[in-house]
Amino acid sequence: MAPILQIKNLSHLYSAGTPFEHKALDQVSFSVERGEFIGIIGHTGSGKSTLMQHMNGLLKPTSGSVELDGVDIWKDKKTTRQARFRVGLVFQYPEYQLFEETVYKDIAFGPKNMGLKAEEIDRRVREAAGFVGLTEEQLKVSPFDLSGGQKRRVAIAGVIAMEPEVLILDEPTAGLDPVGREGILENIQAYRKAKNATIMMVSHSMSDVARLTERLLVMNNSRLAMDGTPDEVFRRAEELVHMGLDIPDVTRVFLRLKKMGLPVEPVYSIQQAVDALKKLKGGNVHA
Amino acid sequence: MLKDITLGQYFPGNSVIHRLDPRTKLIMLIVYIVALFMAVGWIGYSVMFLFLAGCIAVSRIPLKSIVRGMKPMVIILLFTAILNLLMTPGDTVLVKFWIITITLEGVLRAVQMMIRILMLVTGTFLLTYTTSPIALTDGLESLLSPLKKIKLPVHELAMMMCIALRFIPTLIEETDKIMSAQKARGADFENGNLMQRVKALVPILIPLFISAFRRADELATAMECRCYHGGEGRTKMKLLRYKRIDFGAFCVGVILLAGIITLATFGL
Repeated sequence: MAPILQIKNLSHLYSAGTPFEHKALDQVSFSVERGEFIGIIGHTGSGKSTLMQHMNGLLKPTSGSVELDGVDIWKDKKTTRQARFRVGLVFQYPEYQLFEETVYKDIAFGPKNMGLKAEEIDRRVREAAGFVGLTEEQLKVSPFDLSGGQKRRVAIAGVIAMEPEVLILDEPTAGLDPVGREGILENIQAYRKAKNATIMMVSHSMSDVARLTERLLVMNNSRLAMDGTPDEVFRRAEELVHMGLDIPDVTRVFLRLKKMGLPVEPVYSIQQAVDALKKLKGGNVHA
Repeated sequence: MLKDITLGQYFPGNSVIHRLDPRTKLIMLIVYIVALFMAVGWIGYSVMFLFLAGCIAVSRIPLKSIVRGMKPMVIILLFTAILNLLMTPGDTVLVKFWIITITLEGVLRAVQMMIRILMLVTGTFLLTYTTSPIALTDGLESLLSPLKKIKLPVHELAMMMCIALRFIPTLIEETDKIMSAQKARGADFENGNLMQRVKALVPILIPLFISAFRRADELATAMECRCYHGGEGRTKMKLLRYKRIDFGAFCVGVILLAGIITLATFGL
């Protein structure tokens, strides 16, 4: 099947033509297949956020193109607007964009902007609320009376309610406690499963991306440095560390073991670690 | 983009002008403005222009950023120019059409007024470009401190100004973020009639106000934690002290003012 998103030679300059000119993206190319779960990693200022804002036409490429289903999203105004709905973007700390009197109204903001009928809006709001685990009661309260984690869920539901084919999230779990983090990650997976949606998630938690995603994009110095399965990417753990990135804890342990002279290859998940250790001990370890 | 707004942004540097005491710069700005308004003839204007050009050259502020800051002035400039062009009576009539009369004096006056406003704004820019907001409020507080005698809360006013200045870039950044986020949910700020556009601002303004209040609250707590209790008995880390370059600057200022007054008495 044709890729849903195709990014071709994408470059972006901020403040072009001023002394503050800054190249945020440099010749980035990749394509996204329908239904993929992609993790984007890279240190602060590597161009991740700029890249994300190109996917739904919030930023216009300085050069290169972004194609959604084979159509350049900047073809005309209507296409760009449509891209905003088809590619949902959840910003960092999205709870700071809530503004309506009730949770229900806030979630309905996106669908309303799409010009949907009242019944359809109602269905989508309730469904989105269901995905993020908000109760019927919570829909009626003011979003400002909720806790931080719940506000985050409301904000994510606000994007999910547009039923985007591609859902992009910028550090959706930043600043949450472990229970809150796990909850949000489960919500995202539930949405993916139900709608066969494509997910792209920026995260600084290497364990999360290693566990959840099928493919990793590594951004470094405005360029796409690596593109592959978590296996392929974390195999190059030393390069990642060199880029100032973190690696999963278990990978770190294995790198150290290797340095100490043990014949092990870097692993990135607990299961792999168990297998590797078993092999090392000749299969006598009960894990 | 909102980020491109120049709002008296500080341009760090180490030129003579950067090193002047903020009070000196404030006083010099007043002297400069007074001189600017006393200049009557072209020679007077030339002297003022040379002085300003010299200051800009010494400050090493790129001309580009000064010009960029001028953009919002265009409307006021045009307005002044047109008013002066049409309203100045004179003997040498250039154009007479219906109720519109343009005289040579009008043209000259319009040009002069435009130059005056441009130089006025450039002068103030030079102050804000070379002085950090904190130094500026410090200077202002020090200059206004005699007013404490008549119970004017000078320190509090200076602190409020300082905080306000500090938060302008933060709030601009925040607005930018909120706008992007709402656009991602399909909000439309560019199209529609006036009513629709005003309504479209609600999803920006409410989160912005909330975040401003939150920040204000956090700042107040942080200040209290550090035992801030107003200006009474508060000492300064950076004491303002006039140095030799400041006296040099005052001399230049006195000479400039005297020169312009002299020229003005001769009508030059």
